[in-house]
Amino acid sequence: MPGADKETDLSERIESFLSELKRCGSGAGSLRGSAETARETTALLRRITAQARWGNAGDLMEIIRKEGRRMTAAQPSETTVGNMVRRVLKIIREEYARSRGSTEEADQQESLHKLLTSGGSSEDNFRQHFAHLKANVIEAINELLTELEGTTDNISMQALEHIHSNEVIMTIGRSRTVEAFLKDAARKRKFHVMVAECAPFCQGHEMATSLSKEDIETTVIPDAAIFAVMSRVNKVIIGTQTVLANGGLRAVNGTHTLALAAKHHSTPLIVCAPMFKLSPQFPNEEDTFHKFVSPHEVLPFTEGEILSKVNAHGPVFDYVPPELITLFISNIGGNAPSYIYRLMSELYHPEDHEL
Amino acid sequence: MADSDGRQVDSINNATGKELTKEEKQRLRKEKKQHKKSKKDDKGPPEKEKEKGKASVPAPSKPATQSPAHKAAPAPVNASASESPAAAEKPAKSKAELRAERRARQDSDRASKQGKKEGGQQSASSKPKATPNELQPVVKRLPEHVQVDDPAALKKLAKKLERQQVPLRSDYGYKVSLFSHLHQYSRKNPPTQQIRYSVNLHHVLGLQYSQGIIAGSNARSVGLLHAFKQVIQDYNTPPNEELSRDLVNKLSPYISFLSQCRPLSASMGNAIKYIKKEISNIPSQCKEEEAKGKLQACIDSYINEKIILASEAISKYAIEKISNGDVILVYGCSSLVNHILCEAFEKQRKFRVIVVDSRPRLEGRETLRRLVKKGIRCTYVLISALSYILPEVSKVFLGAHALLANGYVMSRVGTSQIALVAKAYNVPVLVCCETYKFCERVQTDSFVSNELDDPDDLIVTRNGKTHLENWQTVKSLGLLNLVYDVTPPDFVDLVITDLGMIPCTSVPVVLRVKNVDQ
Repeated sequence: MPGADKETDLSERIESFLSELKRCGSGAGSLRGSAETARETTALLRRITAQARWGNAGDLMEIIRKEGRRMTAAQPSETTVGNMVRRVLKIIREEYARSRGSTEEADQQESLHKLLTSGGSSEDNFRQHFAHLKANVIEAINELLTELEGTTDNISMQALEHIHSNEVIMTIGRSRTVEAFLKDAARKRKFHVMVAECAPFCQGHEMATSLSKEDIETTVIPDAAIFAVMSRVNKVIIGTQTVLANGGLRAVNGTHTLALAAKHHSTPLIVCAPMFKLSPQFPNEEDTFHKFVSPHEVLPFTEGEILSKVNAHGPVFDYVPPELITLFISNIGGNAPSYIYRLMSELYHPEDHEL
Repeated sequence: MADSDGRQVDSINNATGKELTKEEKQRLRKEKKQHKKSKKDDKGPPEKEKEKGKASVPAPSKPATQSPAHKAAPAPVNASASESPAAAEKPAKSKAELRAERRARQDSDRASKQGKKEGGQQSASSKPKATPNELQPVVKRLPEHVQVDDPAALKKLAKKLERQQVPLRSDYGYKVSLFSHLHQYSRKNPPTQQIRYSVNLHHVLGLQYSQGIIAGSNARSVGLLHAFKQVIQDYNTPPNEELSRDLVNKLSPYISFLSQCRPLSASMGNAIKYIKKEISNIPSQCKEEEAKGKLQACIDSYINEKIILASEAISKYAIEKISNGDVILVYGCSSLVNHILCEAFEKQRKFRVIVVDSRPRLEGRETLRRLVKKGIRCTYVLISALSYILPEVSKVFLGAHALLANGYVMSRVGTSQIALVAKAYNVPVLVCCETYKFCERVQTDSFVSNELDDPDDLIVTRNGKTHLENWQTVKSLGLLNLVYDVTPPDFVDLVITDLGMIPCTSVPVVLRVKNVDQ
């Protein structure tokens, strides 16, 4: 039966994706970048839309929500997965609304007026069946995929607006977005980059070698020297793992120190982050979302007997509060951290914040 | 012009009687050296003459003000050393002499003003009544180790080292442009490789410095002082020479060699100044054995007072600041902070320690071993995890390499970062430092005077891949391995010294008090 084959094929793909997510989460950073994860998630969701059995929009949303919960549970720190699921859910809602004929944008948001006047009828069950819904949704997901492919280029195109010549720029660790950003600017301008190596994974080394191959003057500094050299730095440009709903960051460890040093010297801190990294999570406390790696990265087993008497910690992420950030550069342009909540409301529907 | 001044003073002394012949001889010698210096360095003589004429209070502090010239050539240091016995006799000089000196100085200044471009400086110094006795317009000689980008200074150093038969070490690797004024050596090529003749104790010591076997300013100073004790032990005064002058000349090549192995620290500089002063204070009628014994006793008492007893005193003060249930953060490896924590643990205080460490030196592991051996509960993190661990911390204890006269704390690189983040989380920062590490230098950032360590230390192999392996072949790639950084005084809440607990900004007060005592 072709239907059953399709279903097993689909579930196989989902399972393999889940196991890959689980695997790549352990170990140095991400074996695949966030952009790849986002693309694969979206492709998988498109496949689910195409191959799974559903009658109306509500069913589809249920299926996607279920798979989305499983995917985020497999790797909670990889927030792009959850973000893409929410984007697709919003697409489905939009297409449904368009098919139903109500084209108002105000439908998307709960307004006080609507709550008072419409009563129960605003509760949309998504139970109506539309013939072309599937095709529309798949088309919209394709658009989303195209957008995803172009994010890095969109960000790098803005590089020349922010980097002038003879600047000293500091960055930390390795971010593919920042790498592309700096390489693009280096085609026309000459500047100097200082890369903090970001122990214990030392991804800064890779970043530095890759930048220096493009003839950019690069210097590798140890993490301890961040404050010492900050007085000569003109701009700090960093990437991040996630942008939180309040405009704060969840970035690689050491970023908070870098941000504090930049604030002390009044150096602007610019974050290059594509929109798919924006997550509707709020940081309730400082440590609601830590992830740790094996402490042998920090204190290797060769240290002998003291290991059993010592606690060693190897946190992977840092929280950076929005007050320390000057600017977000994303594929839709530059924004202040105070505007992030608004962008978020355009990307995700409030009911999808909790999958 | 200065010559005539010297002769004038000479004649005046002879006029007042023969009681100052020895000091007069020393002064003559000093003036001759100053004349030689004036031929090379125009700025020297007017300042030196003016300082000669000042009261005793500023004069003994002159050795302190010359602290940046750790590797200063014997001549000016001798001048200052011989100046101090002369300075001690100054109140005995008559008013007439002082007036004559002042007149002579005015003449020389007027003459020099005609021939000089920097009229402003000279006009200031040619108004002797206007300058109060306490102020010293000191023109310090720039130490050689921050003049690497000046070819003239390099040539001068090379000549001096050749004269002293000390091998010159060459720089290694691509230097970041911001630091082209500093040396950058490779650990694989210590200067001891070029020693062809017999190996002495100071060669061994130099090798230990350059390889990092002896590290930490207390350890380096003690090593240096022990080596000097040995030198004094083996020293024999050649005929027709005085021990007080010749021994100082003997020490200079050793000091140059050690500074080629690794630039001298502020504590070592102060120790060397102390020794040289003690040596030149030896009266000439003292027998050699007696003199040597006296000097060795001086060195022992210096180590005992300034390092060992000082750390006891600091522990006593610091333990008052440690309460039960504290979580104390320490950084790197400071012998003083380790001692404080061990003492506090022995006095039954209940606390736990968080050791923060950083690449590439990873000195925190040494601290960890020592504390765990004592039985103290420890946690270990790298400096990038600082924001994660700081909310649990109640106090931060930091060690210092030197305390500068403007209140800045010079310490291992990363200390300023710890102080910055601790300030952001409102955690008190306490710096522990003995008074012999206080120095007269001032500095506002970590660039102008620092030490560059071997850049190859940053290379690391992970998962079988070494990304920076061939960094020398890539033209635009540089590695920066700083050793020190300066912490601004507003990040530091308290400095614990053997004289008590003082705020960071009181360092010049302590220096002044010390100088008056000496």
